[in-house]
Amino acid sequence: MKKIARKPFRLTKKAFSVPYIAFLLLFVVIPLVLILVNAFLDNGNKLTLENFKVFFTSSSTLTVLGNSLLVGVITTLLCLIIGYPVSYILSKMSSGKILVLLYIIPMGINFLIRTLATKAIFLAMGLELGMGTVIFGMVYNYLPFMIMPLHTTLSGIDKSYAEAAQDLGADKATVFLKTTLPLSVSGILSGVTMVFIPTISTYAISQLLSNGKIFLFGDSIQLSFEQGMYGVGSIMSIVMLIFVLLSNFIMNKFNRRGNAARRSLW
Amino acid sequence: MKNSNSVDNIIEMKNVYKTYDDKTVVKNASLNIKRGEFVTLLGPSGCGKTTTLRMIAGFEMPTSGQIIFDGEDITNLPPHLRQVNTVFQKYALFPHLNVFNNIAFGLKLKTIPNGTKTNRKGETVQLFRKYTKAEIKEKVDNALKMVDLEDYGHRNVSSLSGGQQQRVAIARALVNEPKVLLLDEPLGALDLKMRKDMQLELMDMHKRLGITFIYVTHDQEEALTMSDKIVVMRLGEIQQIATPEKVYDEPANAFVADFIGESTILSGVMLDDYKVEFCDTVFECVDKGFKKNEPIDVIIRPEDLKILDKEDKKSLISAKILSSVFKGDHYQVTLLAGGNELVAHDTESYDVDDTVGLYIKPFDLHIMHKTRIINEIDTYITGENTVEICGADFECITDLPAGTPVKVRIDFDDVEITDDEDDGVIGANILSSIYKGSYYQAILSTDDHYNFFADTDYEWLKGDRVGIKIAPEKILIEKRDEELKQEERVVIDETVDGFEEIANLESEDNAAGALNIDAAITENAKEEGEE
Repeated sequence: MKKIARKPFRLTKKAFSVPYIAFLLLFVVIPLVLILVNAFLDNGNKLTLENFKVFFTSSSTLTVLGNSLLVGVITTLLCLIIGYPVSYILSKMSSGKILVLLYIIPMGINFLIRTLATKAIFLAMGLELGMGTVIFGMVYNYLPFMIMPLHTTLSGIDKSYAEAAQDLGADKATVFLKTTLPLSVSGILSGVTMVFIPTISTYAISQLLSNGKIFLFGDSIQLSFEQGMYGVGSIMSIVMLIFVLLSNFIMNKFNRRGNAARRSLW
Repeated sequence: MKNSNSVDNIIEMKNVYKTYDDKTVVKNASLNIKRGEFVTLLGPSGCGKTTTLRMIAGFEMPTSGQIIFDGEDITNLPPHLRQVNTVFQKYALFPHLNVFNNIAFGLKLKTIPNGTKTNRKGETVQLFRKYTKAEIKEKVDNALKMVDLEDYGHRNVSSLSGGQQQRVAIARALVNEPKVLLLDEPLGALDLKMRKDMQLELMDMHKRLGITFIYVTHDQEEALTMSDKIVVMRLGEIQQIATPEKVYDEPANAFVADFIGESTILSGVMLDDYKVEFCDTVFECVDKGFKKNEPIDVIIRPEDLKILDKEDKKSLISAKILSSVFKGDHYQVTLLAGGNELVAHDTESYDVDDTVGLYIKPFDLHIMHKTRIINEIDTYITGENTVEICGADFECITDLPAGTPVKVRIDFDDVEITDDEDDGVIGANILSSIYKGSYYQAILSTDDHYNFFADTDYEWLKGDRVGIKIAPEKILIEKRDEELKQEERVVIDETVDGFEEIANLESEDNAAGALNIDAAITENAKEEGEE
């Protein structure tokens, strides 16, 4: 008599990964595939390349894309210019760890509420909403993402490096330029990635803070879907995705060239 | 300011103090370092040796005192203007630069004289220039050659082994041709064999370059091997400055003796000039000038104690063998003589419980003043049969009324140390615990900054928190003079935490030529963290 040997169920490491794989499939892989499929379908669910033609020939969508990249670059630069000195000073202070929380805590409040509040302040001040206010809102929203990795990197730099540089004849400015700055490159890159990627894809902030005058890429994706133009919206999403992956790739490349053995928060 | 004496000295430290908040890390350090000397700052962690080095490098500014470098006062000069270079404990090589650029770092910043020119006003102006690329390359290549790393210029520092990183750190410092090279425990991270090799290499480099080396270590063997001069430090104070031979053969006090090499430290009494009694026996010695019947410490190095046959005529005292342990090139023999444990080194093994004779040359008996013979505190009676000691009320036996100023004496034997802080009347930290033949002498620092000496049967761990208890009948109380009281009141009023009191006690100790112990253990802990 033969018995069918049944493999007994054993709780292995693999078993724990099942929920995550299911989650990933359901909420990441399948939507991505749907977007890809949508990009090649017209409203009658027929295979077409019309959507691509609409996107790449319409000057308005390309302008919006250019605007988004510009806003992203400006926001990132401003965040870096403001964030670096702040992180540097905080890393030198013994109470810096607590003070940095003051920059992080506001992130706990929903960004829509914060943006609406900012708008209310601008209106109360009688400022005209436009590019300036949009950039202000962006910097305000994404500054913590710059400060956090920078602070982590800067406070992680052993002070003996600065001492060694001083010992070898460097004054304070030279110590900063020749040791602190190069040693914080990984933090700068993390910060730039953390700010640039969300800013180019963000929506709502630009709409709210410019009264709908300034239209960014994220906004136009939202609009396309709202208007039922699933095909064009999907293509926009894919373009966005490509930009995100591209900037991530470039940053990684930089980071590896800089130094492999340096820690960073992200 | 130069005088004939100071011309030879490259560095002079004069009464240097370093205080963090209210903790004194370096206390009244005065030190002269001659040109070309190999000086070692030696001491256990937390003794202030690293802080002293950092003050010479310029990373720390002395709270008071003066540092003279080559005849110039550099006390407050920032590090980048000092003609010294440092080899850091963990090397501190720049991870973003390769080996070549690490070594070239200092050269690229340096300006060198480049002739003079006469300006429009007719004054002669000194011109400076930077090193050229070719000059930097030549110097770096030479430095790499000196540390045997010729082909490593392009390598990433993180790809080097500990020993190689060490060499790069040395090359990086030496390439700047400093007048003084500071080394902060540079060999601490290397394994034993590598350490021995590097010791020899450093000594060789010192000889070839002829510049001054100041070396910090807690390894007494390293200090004895390498130095021309050893500075033994403890709890922020310099204990002894002498050649390695002298530090070993004639330690200034029990601490130095205990720290440098093995030794037996015994309590004894100086009966007369050249006559000392310990282990219930009178010995001949070469010391004089002590008070009659003054209690002293006797230090005996294990290799100076000769084990003889018990019948031998030369034998001065008989002893019983407690143990005999093989140590590679000798046996370490522990003996019991007159109730005291002694350690001897011998080439032969002995059977436990055998009785033998011991001989020691009068010259090899090192006799030192005792730091203190009794704990003495000026205080007040606080109530019926209670007296204040270090901020707490101790029970005692007295008929003096409350508020009477008194002098309290407590014998070392009568200070009882309790494992649990709560079991004692006051809490204290163990500062040290030195074996004295038949007992341990522990020094405890109370929260009041008073140092209690206590003789105990157990060894206490340095830094441990314990309690202090004293039996009421063991507290000897003596009324103080009313006039004295007035003066002391003033002193106490002036110094909030009663620091002056310790200072007084300490100066007495100084007069007795003994070791000073102060500074709370907390600052030890602080420095330990650094080291």
